[in-house]
Amino acid sequence: MSCCTSKGHGLEQKFPDEEVDLEALEQVLKEYRGNPSSLITVLQKAQDIYGYLPRKALYHIAREIGVKPAKVFGVATFYAQFRLKPIGKHLIMVCHGTACHVNGAELITSALCDELKISEGETTPDGLFTLQNVACLGCCSLAPVMMIDGEAYGKLTPDKARNVIREILRKETAKGEV
Amino acid sequence: MKVVVGLGSCGIAAGGNKVLEAIKSEVENRGIHVDVKKAGCIGMCYLEPIVEVIDDGGNKTTYVKVTPEIVKEIFENHIEKGNVVSEYVLSEEDRSYIEGQKRIALRNCGIIDPESIDEYIESGGYKALEKAIKEMTPERVIEEIKISGLRGRGGAGFPTWFKWNATRIAPGAPKYVVCNADEGDPGAFMDRSVLEGDPHSVLEGMAIAAYAIGAERGYIYVRAEYPLAIKRLEIAIEQARQRGFLGKNIMGTDFSFDITIKAGAGAFVCGEETALIASLEGERGMPRLKPPFPAQRGFMGKPTNINNVETFANVPWIIKNGGKAFAAIGTEKSKGTKVFALAGKVQRGGLVEVPMGIPLREVIFNIGGGIKGNRKVKAVQLGGPSGGCIPESLLDTPVDYESIVKTGAIMGSGGMIVMDETTCMVDMARFFLDFTQKESCGKCTHCRIGTKRMLEILERICQGQGEESDIELLEEIAMNVKEGSLCGLGQTAPNPVLTTLKYFRHEYEAHIKDKKCPAKQCKALISYRIDPEKCKSCGLCARKCPVGTIKGSKGQPYEIISENCTKCGTCLEVCRFGAVVVE
Repeated sequence: MSCCTSKGHGLEQKFPDEEVDLEALEQVLKEYRGNPSSLITVLQKAQDIYGYLPRKALYHIAREIGVKPAKVFGVATFYAQFRLKPIGKHLIMVCHGTACHVNGAELITSALCDELKISEGETTPDGLFTLQNVACLGCCSLAPVMMIDGEAYGKLTPDKARNVIREILRKETAKGEV
Repeated sequence: MKVVVGLGSCGIAAGGNKVLEAIKSEVENRGIHVDVKKAGCIGMCYLEPIVEVIDDGGNKTTYVKVTPEIVKEIFENHIEKGNVVSEYVLSEEDRSYIEGQKRIALRNCGIIDPESIDEYIESGGYKALEKAIKEMTPERVIEEIKISGLRGRGGAGFPTWFKWNATRIAPGAPKYVVCNADEGDPGAFMDRSVLEGDPHSVLEGMAIAAYAIGAERGYIYVRAEYPLAIKRLEIAIEQARQRGFLGKNIMGTDFSFDITIKAGAGAFVCGEETALIASLEGERGMPRLKPPFPAQRGFMGKPTNINNVETFANVPWIIKNGGKAFAAIGTEKSKGTKVFALAGKVQRGGLVEVPMGIPLREVIFNIGGGIKGNRKVKAVQLGGPSGGCIPESLLDTPVDYESIVKTGAIMGSGGMIVMDETTCMVDMARFFLDFTQKESCGKCTHCRIGTKRMLEILERICQGQGEESDIELLEEIAMNVKEGSLCGLGQTAPNPVLTTLKYFRHEYEAHIKDKKCPAKQCKALISYRIDPEKCKSCGLCARKCPVGTIKGSKGQPYEIISENCTKCGTCLEVCRFGAVVVE
């Protein structure tokens, strides 16, 4: 694997340096400093602050909590909730729970992929949308469902799903022109 | 006059907050006095948003599928003039949805305001805790649970009293009580509804358990994906502390107990007890070998009792009404009730609580109202990724732990997905394997690699590239994964494959030998065509086709140029004349 053979660290290459305001973490660390069993809670709070987990923040957390960076990275990559890359302005979560699956969630995701010209898990080049399949949003009676910025759209068809995206895009362009 | 809006996650997703806003502004604009209240989910998710109007005489009218426009009508006619707007009232037929149920765990859900401890107390809340700590010894509490026959509602069905007792007699201190609210089964939302609709019942159940086993600290491990449940739990814990139901010297006794919420971070395997403990400790959620069981060595190496949300919600009812009353419901070995999240191709989807022993058919037809679109039921899936598909021919199987295991499925935590003839069973197996394969923590080789290989085979079959030997190979790997895995995730991961192979082998064979998907779901094995007889050449399909592969002109039937067709289903969806055929 490349991370073992290359000279630099894999993590550094995969997630290049970026400016991260570590001060923003201070409030969280004050409460949990030196308490390794609170690692997941700290990572959750860090993600709330930055929208994802920047590499520099991971190192900083490791130092302050008192665990090895490898462990922090291990925990951050184990749980589905944590992201190591920034996401787009609008996060589209397409439910792929069982009820949504039998009601055609696959068709919804492929329609959105086609509409946005990205694959599942990716962000559009303009940084507007991130498309994600999720396990279950828990509103099974509305299947198939997607959630965008916390709002649920139920009883979708591929066509309806495309229209939701077009509507958001239309609002975004209108904003841009003002 | 009181107006209650159902605001569980499902109610909110269906537009409940907009309805609440509309109600508030109607009250303000009309300058009238109306008590506006929130409630959790009553379980009729298919009718959300639901609004109840309770007049001063206590008469209750339930309005369903309410919109802000309907709110206006309700205020104009019902609230101002006293005329019920019968058009939007819950129908007699839909009423049978609730009436066919027996609600113990859900006794308060959708009825009381989950953010009000007063309403919980008014409905008899915290009386069971008082009875336990003031009138009963811990041994007596455990004895009562034993009489009730309560078994773990998380899926495995282990006797609850046994776990409590094992934790009580285990050497070591402090001891812990943990509530497992890491409801990861895709298609199950029982625990979420209880936490959102009646959080105090879970806190009370935990406090009683803590008293019985001798614990002073409790944790609720809840999915981070349930923000509303977390918020309502936080409110409930704070209220319980203020009223002295949590904290030091509860109700003037020597008993002290407090609860902390820990948000999980999205890992299905953390529903397994030892993985959950690892996650509570801030580690990767990987299971370990048992024994020692958590009752002996759990959180921080100390004796720990872990129960599921629904189990705890039953406890106050049992202590208050006695174990015998609980044991009077159900079958010989499965006592009480079970909550199911009914979804899929069923007419009326939502949350149901039924007495143990009721046949599956009754749940699906009498409560669920049968199948959407008058299609035929093919199977019902119980237990999610760890469970299996029970075919139509076995729908008279009663809902109890042992009978369901005999079919090859498991009771599970309560996901019940109904499937009709348009559901492909091979694709269903592939769907669940895809889930477990992604969720495998990777510790055991058979689970990590075996599920991957099984998934590859299932994908190949769905692609129309299955080989004759694939079925045997699937069975062989399935047995290895079952035997070679440490925890429940791996041991049960092959169940969806094995049960579909057992009952729907012909569908596998159709995919492999005839290269056909009988349910017409697997994209690689179907094609779209326009029936020239039915086509009215309106051109809508051609305009909507995202790849522009439908050609035609006015007066001529349209045609799909199949090599470019992505089989997205848009034409089928938009055609008003049923001219698009899938074959």
